[in-house]
Amino acid sequence: MAGIGGAVTTGRKARWTVLNVLVVVYALFPVLWIVSLSFKTKETLGDGNFIPREWTFDNYKTIFSTTEFVRALVNSIGIALIATAVAVVFGTMAAYAIARLDFPGKRLLIGVSLLIAMFPQISLVSPLFEIERGLGLFDTWPGLILPYITFALPLAIYTLSAFFREIPWELEKAAKMDGATPGQAFRRVIAPLAAPGVFTTAILVFIFCWNDFLFAISLTSTEASRTVPVALSFFTGSSQFEDPTGSIAAAAVVITIPIILFVLFFQRRIVAGLTSGAVKG
Amino acid sequence: MSHALRPPAEPADADPTATAADSKLSPKAKAALSEGKKAERRLGLLLCAPAILIMAAVAGWPIIYSVWLSLQRYDLKFPDRTEFVGLENYVTVLSNPYWWNAMWVTVLITVVSVAVELVLGMALALIMHRTLVGRGIVRTSTLIPYGIVTVVAAFSWRYAWTPGTGYLAETVAGGDPVLTEKIPSIMVVTLAEIWKTTPFMALLLMAGLALVPDDLLKAAAMDGATAWQRFTKVMVPVMKPAILVALLFRTLDAFRIFDNLFVLTAGSQGTSSVSMLTYNNLIKGLNLGIGSTMSVLIFIAVAIIAFVFVKLFGTAAPGGDGGGRR
Amino acid sequence: MAEIVLDNVTKQYPDGAVAVRDVDIEIADGEFIILVGPSGCGKSTTLNMIAGLEDITAGELRIGGERVNERAPKDRDIAMVFQSYALYPHMTVKENMAFPLRLAKVDDTTVEKKVRDAAEILDLTQHLDRKPSNLSGGQRQRVAMGRAIVRSPKAFLMDEPLSNLDAKLRVQMRTSVSRLQKQLGTTTVYVTHDQTEAMTLGDRVVVMRGGAVQQIGAPQFLYDNPANLFVAGFIGSPAMNFVPASLENGVLRSALGDVPLTDRVRSLLEGAEAPREVIMGLRPEHFEDARLVDDTVRSNGVTFTNQVDVLESMGSDKFAYFSLSGEQATSAELAELAADAGSADVPGGGVSLVARISATSSAVEGEPADIWFDADKVQLFDPGNGRNLTYRG
Ligand SMILES: Nc1ncnc2c1ncn2[C@@H]1O[C@H](COP(=O)(O)OP(=O)(O)OP(=O)(O)O)[C@@H](O)[C@H]1O
Ligand SMILES: [Mg+2]
Repeated sequence: MAGIGGAVTTGRKARWTVLNVLVVVYALFPVLWIVSLSFKTKETLGDGNFIPREWTFDNYKTIFSTTEFVRALVNSIGIALIATAVAVVFGTMAAYAIARLDFPGKRLLIGVSLLIAMFPQISLVSPLFEIERGLGLFDTWPGLILPYITFALPLAIYTLSAFFREIPWELEKAAKMDGATPGQAFRRVIAPLAAPGVFTTAILVFIFCWNDFLFAISLTSTEASRTVPVALSFFTGSSQFEDPTGSIAAAAVVITIPIILFVLFFQRRIVAGLTSGAVKG
Repeated sequence: MSHALRPPAEPADADPTATAADSKLSPKAKAALSEGKKAERRLGLLLCAPAILIMAAVAGWPIIYSVWLSLQRYDLKFPDRTEFVGLENYVTVLSNPYWWNAMWVTVLITVVSVAVELVLGMALALIMHRTLVGRGIVRTSTLIPYGIVTVVAAFSWRYAWTPGTGYLAETVAGGDPVLTEKIPSIMVVTLAEIWKTTPFMALLLMAGLALVPDDLLKAAAMDGATAWQRFTKVMVPVMKPAILVALLFRTLDAFRIFDNLFVLTAGSQGTSSVSMLTYNNLIKGLNLGIGSTMSVLIFIAVAIIAFVFVKLFGTAAPGGDGGGRR
Repeated sequence: MAEIVLDNVTKQYPDGAVAVRDVDIEIADGEFIILVGPSGCGKSTTLNMIAGLEDITAGELRIGGERVNERAPKDRDIAMVFQSYALYPHMTVKENMAFPLRLAKVDDTTVEKKVRDAAEILDLTQHLDRKPSNLSGGQRQRVAMGRAIVRSPKAFLMDEPLSNLDAKLRVQMRTSVSRLQKQLGTTTVYVTHDQTEAMTLGDRVVVMRGGAVQQIGAPQFLYDNPANLFVAGFIGSPAMNFVPASLENGVLRSALGDVPLTDRVRSLLEGAEAPREVIMGLRPEHFEDARLVDDTVRSNGVTFTNQVDVLESMGSDKFAYFSLSGEQATSAELAELAADAGSADVPGGGVSLVARISATSSAVEGEPADIWFDADKVQLFDPGNGRNLTYRG
């Protein structure tokens, strides 16, 4: 338990350091393990060693030479980017309205999006499976983008309206008094202040889309729209007798890279975004 | 001089310095909205329209449709035998031992993982909140489990527990194939779930911790409270709303467990969760009627959980404060 | 620069609440006018209507002779200073001050010069490249002023611009606002609920209550001749003392004893149709320690003896607090004033009284003291409608 006040002794510092190292190890162990697997040679894959005895890039070369993986990577990136863009634009519009304007049905909208945020996704899979087959959306990009937007919208609306509420709206009045048209007030004063919130939301939404497995495995059937997480689970290796472990590990590492980059560069923002909706409680 | 007593104060409108106590002018304005107000309403609805339309089309309509589907016998393997059967599917599912097994597995995983996450998450939150050194590193590394693709993490665990490949299989399980037995498999899945989502729980709790004023803790310390008492008697009560929101989010999230199970056990040895079972019936078995019935049942279960949380603890909807304005 | 005229202006919010009713104010060119009143009385609403940030429900607003009801804020050429300062957090001090000029498409060299000049006047030159978050409260306030003055608008509107400052800084800024306004000679409407600011800053003061104007006039006139109980109680600190009294045969019977009506009071009362029960108002400075009053002067007033509850020495003089037995003066106005001052539920009945007496007084806390007051300074009010019966209009 945390102490109150008191001098920062070396002893306390050491205790915290130990705790922190424990946390870091906890968080990174499984990740380092899959990284390690991805660098192991075929021969050493089965040795169970945490650190590879021999290092190789073969696994990476292999996956990038298969259309199965490259196609899935393109799908993953394309679908996640489009869904993020749409969800953030629509989410921003709705969140602005919720934070700033008075209109009938506002509370209903908040309630419904909360409902969707907590919704069991599997409940949507059966009807969507049927509907999308009927509309020819099954196994297409839009077939995945649409449900992603739907589930990302509540997330975007919540995070953004929390950010928007923080903006001192008096600034908008001030800008008007300074001679700005409503458009200028928005562009030159409000938009620059809202940008960090929008950006943070985009990261969170992207992570959500990038992560999805259930929709991706249920609403796709071919390489045409299969995303990497699904492709991973279908990896079999080039021949029936070849162990796909190395390839899976390498592919897993590849799709983890964007997440690591986000976390490294935008740690603060992600924390702020994740907690913004929750504190209001 | 004798003065007649005046009647008690009446609104003396003629008097320029009259009182303005009668500040309710006319209630008629209720009905007539000013132009600006109407424009504001229109703009509000206009801005929300795309979000509402998408959510209605991709979530609202399918839900209704799935209720309809659940009342049909509808198996894509035998499409010509499709017919309306009323509640027959519900009887089939609810009297099916697989369904109940899956339900229990789901509840077990949910309860155990959320309980452990609460404890671990609280510890982690305190560490992140109070640490004297390397706060940035700690926060950054805890975000990795949150952000990492669940399937990737699940593969990492799977290989870790696979005899021959994995470090855990050798050291912890003594070379036994843990993922081929029911209880050990469920434990492994639960562990994977805990690893992945504890940081999220911790972040939500940390936001709650930030709401506990430092002065309050100092005051409690001056009043002679031990560290543990400060935690249980001051921090936890103040953080209660944050804790409840975190619990609600995580419980509903854990209840839909799918990815970890799919990769780790694929639902073998009776380890299916309800989501897994629904998926198997639907996508593998192509039985839309039964699959939809399960979907509806899961939806109802989730609604019950949310309802219980809200009723029992009065969890306020996060962010739903009606929107502060101007 | 221009005159501002509010002609029967009314504001009703969409929810039906009438925030401002039938307000008539004529503000002369270059005048410094203060809007004062308790919280929620419609000061900000009035100001926002002048600014164009709120629609006017009824009536007309003219600036420089032109009707501007329908004009957007940017077309009214008015600058505003907000209570929260509303500085743009993503811009430096310089960019903040330049913002209105840039919007007006003023060329770069002029912008540079005007910003420099304004910064010079406001002593901000060395902070021009800093962001608002790195400034102290007083500096932020000056930046807000700077943003208002750079473009030499027709008028300044200020909504409690000093209320976020600490007491000392507020006094300091008060004088510099006053000096600045004189220097620029720009019509200024200034909202405050600090009555010291109201007394010291403006050429004229508008006292508002519940959306209606109570009285308009020069600060000293308002102080000496409040039109009603509300203005009397609102203007002045410590506030005027109110004691119930009844008019009987040319004498006021009250808890302070019988007060004779002086010629001045009697002539003012003449046409006023005073009721029998009245409220007597006495400013704290019209009291004195009876021992320090000359006998000749003494006969012009009334002396009473009461225990001193609390004695505060301010150095220059002393405040003595008494409680008299008897009923407290009651009226809607007084109740509202008490509520605004946050003292609606002062315990204990009876009349409480504040006297401002000479520092040389030998009165002792907890002991009885002889206190004298000037009967000629008495003001009488009608408890029914609050009207000042001794108003010299
Ligand atoms: N947007 C609004 N909608 C409805 N009523 C409002 C709105 N803004 C203000 N009011 C009401 O109008 C009245 C006057 O408000 P205003 O802000 O002008 O008061 P004020 O004199 O500036 O008070 P303060 O000294 O507290 O700033 C108040 O009763 C307030 O509740
Ligand atoms: Mg105000």
